[in-house]
Amino acid sequence: MWKRRSFIGACGAGLAGPVLAQFRVEISGVGATQVPIAIARFRDEDGAGLALSAIVRADLERSGLFKGIDTSSVVDERSSPVMGEWRARTVDALVGGSVTRLADGRFDVRFKLWDVIKGAELGGQSSAVAAGDLRLAAHRIADYVYEKLTGEKGVFSTRIAYVTKAGSRYTLRVADADGEGAQVALNSPEPIISPAWAPDGRELAYVSFENQKAAVWVQDVYSGKRNLVANFRGSNSAPAWSPDGKQLAATLTRDAGSQLYLMGRDGENVRRITTSAAIDTEPVFSPDGRSIYFVSDRGGGPQIYRMPAGGGSVQRITFDGSYNISPSISPDGRTLAYVTRQSNAFRLMVMDLAGGSAQAVSDTTEDESPSFAPNGRLIIYATRSQGRDVLMTTTLDGKIKARLVSTLVDVREPAWGPYGR
Amino acid sequence: MNALRNTIWAVAMVALFSGCASKVKLDDKPPVESRTGVGVGPGGAGAAGAGTSNVASVDLGKGATGTGTAPRVVYFDFDSYLVRDEFRPLIDTHAKTLAADRKKKMMIEGHTDERGGREYNLALGQKRSEAVLKSLVLMGAADAQLEAVSYGKERPAAQGTDEATWAKNRRAELNYK
Repeated sequence: MWKRRSFIGACGAGLAGPVLAQFRVEISGVGATQVPIAIARFRDEDGAGLALSAIVRADLERSGLFKGIDTSSVVDERSSPVMGEWRARTVDALVGGSVTRLADGRFDVRFKLWDVIKGAELGGQSSAVAAGDLRLAAHRIADYVYEKLTGEKGVFSTRIAYVTKAGSRYTLRVADADGEGAQVALNSPEPIISPAWAPDGRELAYVSFENQKAAVWVQDVYSGKRNLVANFRGSNSAPAWSPDGKQLAATLTRDAGSQLYLMGRDGENVRRITTSAAIDTEPVFSPDGRSIYFVSDRGGGPQIYRMPAGGGSVQRITFDGSYNISPSISPDGRTLAYVTRQSNAFRLMVMDLAGGSAQAVSDTTEDESPSFAPNGRLIIYATRSQGRDVLMTTTLDGKIKARLVSTLVDVREPAWGPYGR
Repeated sequence: MNALRNTIWAVAMVALFSGCASKVKLDDKPPVESRTGVGVGPGGAGAAGAGTSNVASVDLGKGATGTGTAPRVVYFDFDSYLVRDEFRPLIDTHAKTLAADRKKKMMIEGHTDERGGREYNLALGQKRSEAVLKSLVLMGAADAQLEAVSYGKERPAAQGTDEATWAKNRRAELNYK
């Protein structure tokens, strides 16, 4: 049930072996109320070689909504924990479990969640997973606990794509949402920008300069198979998937400057959908597939506009400030994240599309490429801190942030993948 | 603290390099060509004042083939894709070269400084290369010999966060294919 196939880098030159865990997660800001939760050590997790309980705890703490209570106790799913003892340690919820090696080499992962205050079991699950999926199993447990205790879907078992640059090497990577377990999708001596997840999470579209110009590729994440979908005269960039996964919107310069085009997901049936004398770029579909938001400088400076997905009458969305770019729409279609330029600072903004008021949610000044998590509760973005490019996640109100700091290379262009791995 | 961080960095770099099995090494250096041109050769013992420890320095530049030493870069003002008058002679030189040999082809690469979003800057760089393309055509080159592309802010010529650096990066490069 919990399957993930490993995938290999493309270009026949993918890095072999595990990429070093490059991220250090730093959390700032806390929720108004944090649920004190104890994640006990799982029985036999040491034997499995991966501390699942530590991953579950780190996931829940990173959300800012939970406070992990230290415990060295081992509690498995068959236990009957003495609630009074846990209450005495001001624990509201408890998780225990086990990791048992099976005869076929897989692992049987089981867990249980207790409401310590009520003294009741809230639920649990068991699943058999390959060794390579133990990390995913831990993230799934964190998602389960998060959803049971907050009512919101967790995104701990989702993935992020991003680009790293080391010297003149550019690498498109896919990692867990906590930044761990990164694998290489593409290794290139030329820039890679604008990765975009297909809605089913099986493919990534991106812009690669490997042919000395910007061209759009679609790559199967699992097999590494690549398809060059847009390589027209000039620059081909800013790919965006329609919610049904059947079409791509992109910026092409083949006819008359940077304009928006629709095409099938294999690059067929290309048709132009904006007709301005300006720069039109950065398309993104609304979640219902009926509209496209995009950036245009038809009014002087770049602003965000919306039009029907097939083209048509254009409506301006941003009015504050003279430079607004990089739109990202929340999964419920109600919130717009984007980047605004204020003097020399580039700030992440979050705007309610119904109400029209925008808030700055970061205190950094070089923010780039926001992308919503599939539960609509978090935004990942790139920014610069202490001389390095870093990735950050933030809640929509800006109050809880996690910094994924790469200690080796510069990171940029994050894209949050969908559910359903 | 710094020493520890440097040690961690060094260990991590070694580990990263040893984990790479790709054909192209991370520290690949461009092949050294022997070229005539700039630089002081290692002087013989008799070379006046040169000594025997001098090392010649050869600048490979961008490796462009074609029109010898004709300058190939047009610079732009901030937020602008207007080709300034001072660059018209440069463009004219290349337009004439292209007009004289219709088999010659040229890629014009537009660039921006590092401020701003990647995709919007890609489009701005494209406006710069297209402006140069139009000028080349007006001065005699054929459209079919030319392609205008953009690297946006991805390929700075100079690193830095001051206006002098930014001015060096706002450019269009004329590259014979």
